[in-house]
Amino acid sequence: MKQGLVLLFLILGLVSNAQVKIAGKITDNKGKPVAGVSITLKDSYDGTTSDSLGFYSFATSEKGRFILEASVIGFRPVALEVDLASAPITLNIAMKELVTELKAVVISAGSFVASDKNKGAVLSALDIVTTPSANGDVTSAFNTLPGTQQVGESEGLFVRGGSATESKIYMDGNLVNNFFYSSTPGIATRGRFNPFLFKGTIFSSGGYSALYGQALSSALILESKDLPERTQADLAISVIGVGGGIQHLSKDKRSSWGVSYNYANLWLGFAINKQKQDFYQIPVYHEGDANFRIRTKRGGFIKYYGYISANKTGFRSPDIDSAVLKNAFAIENFNTYQNINWRENFGMGWKLTTGFSFSTNKDDINNELQDADNQRQVITSPSFFAFKNFKLSNKAQYAQVRFVLEKKLNGLNVIRFGSDYFYSREQSTYTLYNGSRFTESVTDNLKSVFAEADIYITNNLAAKAGGRVEHSQIVDKWNVAPRLSLAYKFPDNSQASFAYGLFYQNPERKYLPTVAALDYSRAAHYILQYQKLANDRIFRVEAFYKKYTDLYKTNLSATGREVAVNNNGFGDAKGLELFFRDKKTFKRVDFWISYSYLDTKRDFLNYPKAITPSFAANHTAALVVKKFVLPWKTGFNLSYNFATGRPYYHFAYDNALGKYIIGDAGRTINYNSMSFSVNYLPNLGKTNPKAFIVWVLGVNNVLGQKQVFNYNYNNDGSRKEAVTPPSKRFMFIGCFISFGIDRTQDAINNNL
Amino acid sequence: MKKLILIAVVTFLVTGTFAQSEKYMASMKSNIAAIDTSFKNPANLLDLANKFERIATAEKNQWLAYYYAALCQVNYTYMEKDKTKIDAIADKATELINKADALQPNNSEISCIKSMIASSHMMVDPMTRFMEYGPESQSHIDAAMQQDPANPRPEYLKGQGLKYTPEQFGGGCTTAKPVLQSSLEKYNTFVPGSDIHPNWGKQRVEMLIGECK
Repeated sequence: MKQGLVLLFLILGLVSNAQVKIAGKITDNKGKPVAGVSITLKDSYDGTTSDSLGFYSFATSEKGRFILEASVIGFRPVALEVDLASAPITLNIAMKELVTELKAVVISAGSFVASDKNKGAVLSALDIVTTPSANGDVTSAFNTLPGTQQVGESEGLFVRGGSATESKIYMDGNLVNNFFYSSTPGIATRGRFNPFLFKGTIFSSGGYSALYGQALSSALILESKDLPERTQADLAISVIGVGGGIQHLSKDKRSSWGVSYNYANLWLGFAINKQKQDFYQIPVYHEGDANFRIRTKRGGFIKYYGYISANKTGFRSPDIDSAVLKNAFAIENFNTYQNINWRENFGMGWKLTTGFSFSTNKDDINNELQDADNQRQVITSPSFFAFKNFKLSNKAQYAQVRFVLEKKLNGLNVIRFGSDYFYSREQSTYTLYNGSRFTESVTDNLKSVFAEADIYITNNLAAKAGGRVEHSQIVDKWNVAPRLSLAYKFPDNSQASFAYGLFYQNPERKYLPTVAALDYSRAAHYILQYQKLANDRIFRVEAFYKKYTDLYKTNLSATGREVAVNNNGFGDAKGLELFFRDKKTFKRVDFWISYSYLDTKRDFLNYPKAITPSFAANHTAALVVKKFVLPWKTGFNLSYNFATGRPYYHFAYDNALGKYIIGDAGRTINYNSMSFSVNYLPNLGKTNPKAFIVWVLGVNNVLGQKQVFNYNYNNDGSRKEAVTPPSKRFMFIGCFISFGIDRTQDAINNNL
Repeated sequence: MKKLILIAVVTFLVTGTFAQSEKYMASMKSNIAAIDTSFKNPANLLDLANKFERIATAEKNQWLAYYYAALCQVNYTYMEKDKTKIDAIADKATELINKADALQPNNSEISCIKSMIASSHMMVDPMTRFMEYGPESQSHIDAAMQQDPANPRPEYLKGQGLKYTPEQFGGGCTTAKPVLQSSLEKYNTFVPGSDIHPNWGKQRVEMLIGECK
């Protein structure tokens, strides 16, 4: 027995000394070697790591059945059973690449992302405020990207041959109706919202997602910030006004609230920058906003944003139809906007996003003819002169509810679907020179349902397919809009994308109501893109073709108002766009260049035939350069915008033909504008400064280059006058102070 | 006879367990010794990380094995030149350090690794990521100092960060040196919990101080 026991130990000892060799090669599904794979004999110390050629080899003293595991970042782990006896084992392992956000192709045709988080972002959130030509305006920074036009005489995004009304702006999924301050003749207004409200922006110059509709050309999708980094108070003083606000973050960092108030008065700004117009009411703005944000237990968010604004302006300019008279235009605006959102994760990959928004807008416009002493000219005969004395009062209410349900499937595959209900009621009262009033209102109930799927076939091939169905009370028809995007990634990590979509839009409010039965106007987009993103460099080239059908035609109604009469308008746009951004070639210099070629013609509204619209230039280019000089604690930003001349027209009404004809036409001079801004951060590097200060000096059109946006014609078309900017240059000086936080580190890391 | 067999079996089992523990200690020691030389080749660092992870998975309740696996992975992110790969490696390090954290909560050394991981994420794109990862990295250093005031590594990490911050921003040798020297003093008196407890960084601190003369 004793001997037997000794023998047993002896055998055990011998066995444990005999090692088994396991070796093989690890490849991916294409047969390429995978390096750095951890090979583990489960529950033992034994294993190894595959070499650069995918080979591995190790020896083990273990015996019996074991599980051999192979795992590496980016691949699905593999577990295989091995029977360890004494013979060496050769085991080649094929691993399947995981479809991950990091490696997967990005569906990017038609869209520019400005974000700090998104992969494939072209701009950062900070870029929007440091682009000098943008003057801190949310949408203006996008005018340095390809696809947009340099239209100085009116606000909005003019994208790829589309008018500004063809671009819609969304905040957290909800449409923002009066995103810009109310229009004033010949002077572009700014966006209402502070760019620091948003953490991410997607600017789509075409082919956008089925989640959005009612925009023939473009969607600008703004995503508001979640919780602020910390509690802080801000103060701003500049040549255009003063403002202050507080953001408070709770101690448990689960919720926050904030309020701010801004008062803008352009008296000082206009004193420094002489205006062409005679402002008898200096623009004055009062603005307040409030927000709260709550992080829910499941990692969701409830966010509220509320905004209220009252503003007014009034200015005189010479009347084009007379040598002595002046035209005086005054507007008072009152606007409110409320948006509440809830997004929540419900487990099993389900996510819900809901939103409710409500907004109101009220414009009171007074236009009159004045003489040299600024006295109102009363005209009683119904000549065209008389119609220059009018009052227009617009009131609008909008409400929207929306939900999107999203289900995450395996990998990055996602399906989402939802519904949207949009109510609008717009009422206008027009008071003529003789006191007669015309009141009309337009109410619409717009319902839509949409569905979309992100399909990742491999890391290199992905598709986004969806559709949207809408019904508007005004048109009283259903429309069906399919959308499709494809993206393919090449082995060198560059990628090609394609996007197609149909887009529908209702007639503009100002051409309603009408007796004519109208259909939706429609655009089809075809976009082809090639993009390469590599270490601090981005290159993309995009070609597009856009076909417009059923555009609205307008004509004069019996009361002399321009109304939509049919859907016989049409048009197309094609072009090629380039974008290049480089943060690498020149040390600490970041620059981007964009170029757009556009060829477009359309027949719509009162156009006599298909012509290139006055908001389309053939060639548009922009250069933006940013450099931060550390020892000076100063950032220098420069932008140069260029566009070839745009066409302008005078449409004369031919009474005999009963339609408009081209009375006169021409092309404006090329557009050139260089803007410059300097940011000085004096407290940079001070340890524990009480306040963080940023001084900003900005000058638009530094070189004072002559700019002509368009021409205005007198009544009979015999005389024209250039539409030029209100001032040759605009100089801005401001000081922004944040209390309660140390943003030094922020500044450092922004510039290293 | 029965008794004898019982004794033999018990002895066998006990020595087996001892052998296991010895094996653990021996493997850990040799792998820890290899860390210093592995910095020359990122592949070696990854191999070491995998070795520690194998030990950790087999042992199941040794926080130090997870700790070193995470340390190797986070050091690996510093070596990785392709910035697009760093996030995934840092996430792997987080997964490992969280396992260590579950076995050994409120540990100063573990907080140091967490701070290093946050810094890795930040380095991918400092310009835009600072607001998120800067304070996170700092808060882990603060926690590490609180959890063990005698630990020299939180100050080492803090001093290193300061040294590489330009002077205009309150960094550079003037502000870094006192922190690094305080760290060095702690290194001189620091006694690791065992042969395999964390005891790295002293040479690097001496080097950094040397650069500040």
